[in-house]
Order: sequence, then C-alpha cells, then structure tokens
Amino acid sequence: SMLKETGPEWLSEEVKTGTTIIAIEFDGGVVLGSDSRVSAGSSVVNRVMNKLSPLHDKIYCALSGSAADAQTIAEMVNYQLDVHSLEIDEDPQVRSAATLVRNISYKYKEELSAHLIVAGWDRKNKGQVFATLNGLLTRQPFAVGGSGSSYVYGFVDAEYRKGMNKEECQQFVVNTLSLAMNRDGSSGGVAYIVSIDEHGTEEKVILGNDLPTFFDQ
Amino acid sequence: MATLVMSQAPVGGFSFENCKRNAVLEGEANKVGCSMPAARKTGTTICGVVFKDGVVLGADTRATEGMIVADKNCSKIHYISPNIYCCGAGTAADTEMTTQIISSNLELHALSTGRLPRVATANRMLKQMLFRYQGYIGAALVLGGVDCNGPHLYSIYPHGSTDKLPYVTMGSGSLAAMAVFEDRYKPDMEEEEAKQLVRDAIAAGIFNDLGSGSNIDLSVITKGKVDYIRPHDEANKKGVRVNELEAMQLTGDYKYKRGTTGVLTKLVTPLNLELVEETVHTMDTS
Repeated sequence: SMLKETGPEWLSEEVKTGTTIIAIEFDGGVVLGSDSRVSAGSSVVNRVMNKLSPLHDKIYCALSGSAADAQTIAEMVNYQLDVHSLEIDEDPQVRSAATLVRNISYKYKEELSAHLIVAGWDRKNKGQVFATLNGLLTRQPFAVGGSGSSYVYGFVDAEYRKGMNKEECQQFVVNTLSLAMNRDGSSGGVAYIVSIDEHGTEEKVILGNDLPTFFDQ
Repeated sequence: MATLVMSQAPVGGFSFENCKRNAVLEGEANKVGCSMPAARKTGTTICGVVFKDGVVLGADTRATEGMIVADKNCSKIHYISPNIYCCGAGTAADTEMTTQIISSNLELHALSTGRLPRVATANRMLKQMLFRYQGYIGAALVLGGVDCNGPHLYSIYPHGSTDKLPYVTMGSGSLAAMAVFEDRYKPDMEEEEAKQLVRDAIAAGIFNDLGSGSNIDLSVITKGKVDYIRPHDEANKKGVRVNELEAMQLTGDYKYKRGTTGVLTKLVTPLNLELVEETVHTMDTS
C-alpha cells in the first residue's frame, strides 16, 4: 500500500466552514440559521460549530468560507462595535455593524476568503438583513450563503413570500437548512437558529434527527 | 569615494528571497549525493478532554524527521501558565516557540491584571498570532486549563481558527484518537475515567498511525493542581539485549570498575590554605 507522505490534511488544507447560512427579515425582527460542520479537506474537524456569531446584543452574523478569516472578522467587528456603541451611548444600528464587516471584507478582499451575512434588530429600522459578499453592502429581504446555498436557491426563490411572521420564517429557515445539509457534502451536523426581535434574542439548536425530512430515497 | 546607493521603497509582506537560495543549494547538494535536512515535524497524536473537575491533556512522544524517528521521548505538552497547558502538533520548532512566546506574554499580562490567567486569553493570543502569520507557522495546538470560569478546552489550527469543545484531537493520529472519543466520551466523567479515556485515545493513535509512537504523556489540570505525568504509560518499552553465552546484558554500564587499572603508588599532599579576606557583593535589583 502507498504511504501518504503529505501528512494530515488540516496542516496543508485550510480549515473551511463549508456551510449553509441563511438570514431572513420579518416584520419586527430577523431569523438567522446555520449548519454546524467545519471541514479541513475531507476531514470534519468540528461537527457542532455554532456559525451564528454575536456582534452585539441584537446583531448577529453568520460565518462561511475560511474558518480563520471568518472568526477573525467577527471578533474584530465585535470589538469595534463595542467601542462604537460606547461612543454613541446607545445600541448600534445593524447597518453600522454591516458596514464595519464590509469595510474589512473590501479592504482585504484579495487576502480573505470569507463571507459574512449580518442580520439584527434596531429601533430605527426594525429587522434588517445585509449581505457583504466580496465587499459590497446590500440590504435584502433574505440572504443565503456558503457552499450549500447553491443547492437551495431554487427552493428559497419559490417558497419565499412577503409578510411571513416569526414562526413561518423559522420554519422556512429550518426547511432550507435541512435541504441544503442533505445535498451539500460540506454542510451537516445540527442546525442552529437565532431569532432576534425587540423583545430579545432567542437561540435554538435542532439536532440531526429532529430536522424536517423531504424526498430521500 | 562616493558609493551609489539605490534607495528602494520598503515592500511590505514576506520576502521569499531565501527560497530561491535554498533551491539552488539543494540542487548543488543533490549533485554531490547529499540531501538537505528536513524540518522536524512531530507526527503526533494529541488530545484533550473536559471532565467533572478539570481537563486531561494527552500526547504521544515521537518526533519524526521524514520517515525516521528523531526523538523517541520528546515532550509535547508545553507549559503556558500554572493553570494552563498546551499540546502541540505540526512543526516542532513552531509549537515550541509559539507556546513559549505566549507563555511569556501571559505571565506579564497576569502580573498586570493581578489575576490568574484565563484560558480564553491564551486562546485569543495564540489565534491572533497564528492568523497574523497566515498559516506559515505550522502549529496546531490543543489548549486546556482551569480558571475562575471553570475548565476549558480549545483546539487551535495553523491558520488561526479555534474551536471550543468538550473533547478534541489533533495530529496525524487524530482520526484514530477521535474514534475512541466519539465512542466512549460522556459529560462529567470522574478523573480516573477521563485519564483512562485519554490514555486509550493516544494509544489508538500510537498503534494505528505511523507518525505517532513511543510513550503516553498525560497532564491532569484541576482547580489549584496540575499532575504532569510523564510518562503515564510506557507503551513501547525497549527490550533488553542479552549475550546468551555469558548471560550478560549487552547494553549496560560503560563505566570501568574500580581496580581495572592497577595502582602502583599513592601520595596524598593536603594543601593548607589560609582565609585572608571575606566580602559579600549584593546584586543591584532596583
């Protein structure tokens, strides 16, 4: 048998979060969802990673792409937002958080390979979802990202309706994640759901066998 | 005589000039039939587990240089602070130096805060340094310790990403060790159970991975106490070579016994020295 001289994958392969992430606005808040698989090559190095990272009490971001780059951006923006909210002496706007993420993503776009979706609730504009792919900043009713998102563009485009309430949004997110996790090799594990509205932030975990099932021959 | 000096604007980033030089040197060495020494990697199986009162860290003790074992008993569990230890896999020099740098900075930080250092602090310092070097520092670490917030365990990858988990494995033997953990890990284990689990996980790496071997080192960290058990298990003890004819050990004492060299005469002359002056110089520590 051939001896593999190249050594363990995580030394040469960068740790990527593979991933399916999604965020959606509803009247009064947002719902974010992610899978939990972190891979290095074909090896799963963490099967329970929570990719929904808090930037502030009512602002979260969803991580995808290179694990190191995404974690670093989220931690930097968390720090910058803390300073900013102390300076303005009130809770920061979601647009401010998204702008901070976008500024880093744009300035270092050649060096970084991570995509963060920023979503949250603030008093001025209620629930908002921002995409920051490649350094742009755009507000969207919903956003999907990560390697698993390619498999569910059709589903989200067909199933999205304006004016869904919180429970319908949570179901929409869970269904999307479940479908993507079933088809994308780099997504899997458990599903993390975060719902943010003016009353607070609610974090939920849905274990593998509790996820909704679809056609699965 | 005036010298012409070309001033070049300093270019940021890494300079890879020496890579060209190394390639030329390697070519010349190969022409005469020699080869360049390879950076020593630790092959390795390292792992950690959180149990009821703290964390248990484990490591094998083999260091490899290509396919040769360079060190049969190297220590892969590094000291970070009295309550935090770190196992290292990857390039041996990188793990050694990185842990020493962070250990030093953490001690200064602890003196500044006046508190026992936290594991999350060590994690942040390590990940920020590794990210800064964009993966060129080949250090993959398992960081564990007990602080004011309880026991914590982190895995840190060369590019700077970290995971906080109840059980982690790293190194070429990580898949074998993880298989043991996924089978037998339970939350809130007792100390003996946790030690046995870590021992078995490292053993799985040692016996099923070519890059890991020799003995099993353990480090049990609890609130206020660290048990650095090296070795915990001499899983690969070297056999004793015996000369069958004379039933004598072939490997053994190389000291000559007293009487091997015959003594003809002996003359002892004591040197009487007189104490003239005694002074003590104190070191200026201000």
